[in-house]
Amino acid sequence: MTAILLGIAITVAQITLGLALACAAFRFVRGPRAQDRILGLDAFYVNAMLLLLTFGIQTSRTVYFEAALVISLLGFVGTVALAKFLMRGEVIE
Amino acid sequence: MIQAPDLPAWAALIVAILLLSGSTMTLVGSLGLIRLKTFYERVHAPTLGATVGVGSIVLASMVCFTALESRFVLHEILILAFLTLTTPVTLISLARAALYRDRTARDDEVPREHPMD
Repeated sequence: MTAILLGIAITVAQITLGLALACAAFRFVRGPRAQDRILGLDAFYVNAMLLLLTFGIQTSRTVYFEAALVISLLGFVGTVALAKFLMRGEVIE
Repeated sequence: MIQAPDLPAWAALIVAILLLSGSTMTLVGSLGLIRLKTFYERVHAPTLGATVGVGSIVLASMVCFTALESRFVLHEILILAFLTLTTPVTLISLARAALYRDRTARDDEVPREHPMD
């Protein structure tokens, strides 16, 4: 009984996180300016990492945790590099 | 796709509540990305997912694996600590870049660097 309830809760959480991914992807695709796109990308990788953690709970494997850790490490570097590029690129123009 | 680990009842209840609240908070924060009008309002929206959402889903994962392996599994704290440390840094650098771009574009809605001039 509790296993079925937990399965339903995990599936609902995955659907909710998928909707959040769609919202972030909307801002990423339709952002009026470059900083909006970078903000959408930042929210996108955080939501994708949370979705990977729920897959890890669902299948009870630890592989997904390592993938989530790598995403959270590299996403930070990517966002900071893009923000730096926004400042320097404007100087060259 | 209904598939769940075989947890005891108390752990299943805690994991389900934490998962639902965390994913709802993340969805609210991402909806703010669509609903809010300007960039400087939108910067605040994904912090909800990066603090409350990440915190409760990481706690759910920790409770799940602790109950499964009947020992304390704490390595998910790495993700929590790393995201709590880096999210303010990324958002501050992004907001500073946007402010710099608006000032060089002579946008009148943004306050100038030296208002007395």
